[in-house]
Amino acid sequence: MDWPLLLQLTLNGLIVGALYGVVAMSFVLIYKASQVVNFAQGEFLLVGAWVCWWLLTDWQLPFWAGFLFTLAFMTLFGIIIQVVVLRPLIGEPVISVIMATIGLGIFFQALMKWIFGVFAKPFPPIFAADQVSVLGLQVQTVYLLSLGISVLIMLGFAWFFTFSKHGLAMRATAFDQQVAQSLGVSVPKVFAMSWAISAVVSAVAGVVVGVVNGVSSALSFYGIKVFPAVILGGLDSILGAVLGGLIVGVLENWAQYLDAEWLNWGNMYTIAPFYALILILLIKPYGLFGTKNIERV
Amino acid sequence: MQEARPLLEAIGVSLRFGGVRALTDVSFQVRQGEIFSIIGPNGAGKTSMVNCISGRYRPTEGQIRFEGQDITRLRPNRRAAIGIGRTFQNLALFGHMTVLDNIMVGRHHLLRKGFLPGMIYWLGGAQREEIAHRREVEEIIDFLEIQHVRKAVAGQLSYGLRKRVELARAVALKPKLILLDEPMAGMNLEEKEDMARYILDLNEEWGMTVLMIEHDMGVVMDISHRVMVLDFGRKIAEGAPEAVLADEHVKRAYLGEATEASQDTAEPETVA
Repeated sequence: MDWPLLLQLTLNGLIVGALYGVVAMSFVLIYKASQVVNFAQGEFLLVGAWVCWWLLTDWQLPFWAGFLFTLAFMTLFGIIIQVVVLRPLIGEPVISVIMATIGLGIFFQALMKWIFGVFAKPFPPIFAADQVSVLGLQVQTVYLLSLGISVLIMLGFAWFFTFSKHGLAMRATAFDQQVAQSLGVSVPKVFAMSWAISAVVSAVAGVVVGVVNGVSSALSFYGIKVFPAVILGGLDSILGAVLGGLIVGVLENWAQYLDAEWLNWGNMYTIAPFYALILILLIKPYGLFGTKNIERV
Repeated sequence: MQEARPLLEAIGVSLRFGGVRALTDVSFQVRQGEIFSIIGPNGAGKTSMVNCISGRYRPTEGQIRFEGQDITRLRPNRRAAIGIGRTFQNLALFGHMTVLDNIMVGRHHLLRKGFLPGMIYWLGGAQREEIAHRREVEEIIDFLEIQHVRKAVAGQLSYGLRKRVELARAVALKPKLILLDEPMAGMNLEEKEDMARYILDLNEEWGMTVLMIEHDMGVVMDISHRVMVLDFGRKIAEGAPEAVLADEHVKRAYLGEATEASQDTAEPETVA
């Protein structure tokens, strides 16, 4: 057994898992508020990362400024997507809405390739030191930052839903739109807000991954990766999304380890979460924390 | 009962769902400061009327005016903001939330601070604002005697308590007009008496105008100032409780002694 490698992989898993958790949270946010399964979540990462990259390279903005502009842009982006594409679909069958989000995904995938090309492009260097040593393990600086940002976002979510006016309104809307309206909550606004927040948070994850691996359409694969995370935690549980993300992150890296040490099948890294997904769906179809839907016939 | 200007006016309200006529040309006025009850057999269109007022349904014809302003096309959440609160016939609490959170949602439109000041909670005065709101919410909680359950999860309370929490949530809106859809359905005698007392206090001490749908005749006759009777979507009587009880049409609608009385109207489906 190669303990240091296992430890290193576990740490990587937790860091990447926290990012999955963040993306999964923003996925769950949309699902909870507006009952839309957003298949374009990965493209939100992609768009955010490309916009930030563009601001940093073409406009030569410092990182913090480019980052803030990206967040502002993504706020608008989320709102516009909701208002233009999804609002007219309110009341339409679920399958139509899903097709629309898949379409959105393909559209932005292609649009980004058209504008920025098909090759991965690296971010300009942002940190003085690429790697730092934590307790004898080598960690990329940006991953450390991403862990910090992920935790901040998660705490922010927790605070938002527990204490803020809009968080309360969102929870109320998720529970019963009609009642929420009777109490003065504007449901269209809540929907738009949930898409905006979701887009912003995904973009943060997109930028972080982009800084590490370079920006390319491979980023949108994160949108697929969140599915095991979300299903594992339960489709409508924010806490579940975070835990699901962490579990998937660690699982991936352990599968990598297993593969490298003994199996030598290759590609276990990518596949393992989906095996886990299938297993979970067999055993606990509502996920670890999801609401059981009891239907009476 | 004081003579006062109408707070709410319905003018010739009709509501159709395809071929089903839920309401036909219903007009009435609710005066400032009164308790106004709508009664009628099942499927008479009482809840449809309330839904037209609260904005869930839009009348096919006619107009709803609140404080002289035409609100027929106003969105439900805007109506809540201008002072129309409501409770629902079938309990509609946010089951996973605590009683306190349920009531705080009712304060939604009164919380001025938006997203950004909320983010910088302690700087933006949002905290001070929340404390003020909490104080008022506690007052409402005291009034409805639900202190002991305020941290409890709403879905786990007894039926009578949940009804009270729902009332508290509607009261938290500080509405000028509160619409109560069967506030006493499914309650035992004691709970009904409590609820009647709360409604009277709301009206007399808190100065809220009450529009209520209720099946318990005893309660309706005891606490209402005026009563309107609906039958098959039409208004068949309106006035003081005693006068309405004595009305021939009402007797017929309730006791059904003359079956041909309703044959000229299309048979409407039960409209929730």
